[in-house]
Amino acid sequence: MTEPVLIKRHAVATRVWHWVTAITMFIMIGSGVGILKAHPRFYWGRYGANFDSAWTTLDQWPNWVVTGLNLITIPASYNLAISRRWHLLFALVLAFALLGFMVVSLINRHFQRDLRVRAAEIAPRELAHDVREHLALRFHDPRKPGAYNILQKLSYVATIFVLIPLMIFTGLAMSPNMDAAWPWLLDLFGGRQSARSIHFIAASGLTLFIVAHLALVILAGVWNEVRSMITGRWAQPEDAA
Amino acid sequence: MILTRRALVGGAAIGAGALLTGCDKVIQHPTARRILFMGEEMNRGLQRALTDRAALAPEFSPAQMSPIFRSNGTRDPGTPGYTAMVANNFADYRLKIGGLVDRPLSLTLPQIRQMPQRAQITRHDCVEGWSAIGKWQGPKLGALLTAAGLRPQARYIVFTCADLYRGTPYYESIDLVDAFHPQTILAWALNDRVLDVAHGAPVRLRVERQLGYKHAKYVMAIDAVASLDGIGKGKGGYWEDNVDYDWYAGI
Repeated sequence: MTEPVLIKRHAVATRVWHWVTAITMFIMIGSGVGILKAHPRFYWGRYGANFDSAWTTLDQWPNWVVTGLNLITIPASYNLAISRRWHLLFALVLAFALLGFMVVSLINRHFQRDLRVRAAEIAPRELAHDVREHLALRFHDPRKPGAYNILQKLSYVATIFVLIPLMIFTGLAMSPNMDAAWPWLLDLFGGRQSARSIHFIAASGLTLFIVAHLALVILAGVWNEVRSMITGRWAQPEDAA
Repeated sequence: MILTRRALVGGAAIGAGALLTGCDKVIQHPTARRILFMGEEMNRGLQRALTDRAALAPEFSPAQMSPIFRSNGTRDPGTPGYTAMVANNFADYRLKIGGLVDRPLSLTLPQIRQMPQRAQITRHDCVEGWSAIGKWQGPKLGALLTAAGLRPQARYIVFTCADLYRGTPYYESIDLVDAFHPQTILAWALNDRVLDVAHGAPVRLRVERQLGYKHAKYVMAIDAVASLDGIGKGKGGYWEDNVDYDWYAGI
């Protein structure tokens, strides 16, 4: 058996951002659920309170979801003020870490080199091929083992450029002072209660991404993947070497 | 080293659980608590630095108003003094403006209603997450403070209310940026009717770029102060003092 070939895969900025964001996401979801419990009803439009019609409420959710939410709140017992303290401090960490990562990743060409989606890659035939490869637990193209596959690229692009920015801007749209300063936020999302609903839906999307991401890390080989995110070095699969 | 998937998933669950309880343990430490609470200063500083201090809160059309404007917090102060005022239709009510001012005022409701008025249809955002849109009317707080002659040492405006919340006198405070904002008014009318008891009769504060808990109801006295020390527990309001709410409620 030959020694695995270690290739340099992740730049230091990518690794630092990844772990900062991983911890921040964990705190944002836990404290976000804590805040949600203060008024677990969602509305479309500019206003919405108990007497107004909600598109969903906590009591319409399956029991296992409600039980699960109770397990992950920060703090563990209901405390709106402390949930908000965690949420609003780490919101700054999330937003500024993303901004810094975006600037550095343009300069070090991580975005252009690794995340650029090419037209040929999103042809239905190519996408179907990558889905079959995933189902067969083959995540790396033997010709370019260090590159992201197209499903990976699309999910990272969606997370970095759509979901997290959407979380940040819908979050700002819930701030009464930001609504005064930036009224376009309300026009963009169709009102504060719509922004709050989109914030919740995007957070659910991010949670799904995290679950899929962790599952794929496990399936792709946990030590190799975690090491590559800590040291930057990643072992090429043997069939690719 | 061999890691089974079962061990990994179990380990991840224990790790997540440890982190969760860790979050609660961490903030019992005074330094960690101070860091966590610094978020308020950071958000306030950023918002004040990056946004226009005079920017107006969005105003809405009559068609966009909530069909029902819900009330919460204290819905009736119920103290003997307040109940007597209600029975008398607030004929004996006097709004006192004092503290660091040159000409303390004591205003009756008719006097408040005869001053230059501002009416605005705005959105009330409760810290819990709900919003309601209603029309408020009353004199600008800034005009009252100018009439009273604010002294240069004044930095905060404190509102003393008629209600006790869980036995503690309710109060709130804002700084001069918000106090002199054109939409900061002392409302005596909601949706073109005289304010009812549930919504803060006879007079409540509207400070439109802050969350609902800053909009003190049942305002009895307004004092200009140099510092919030020595008032209540010193954090600037009932909720700030007793349950760790942020004093800055613009976010």
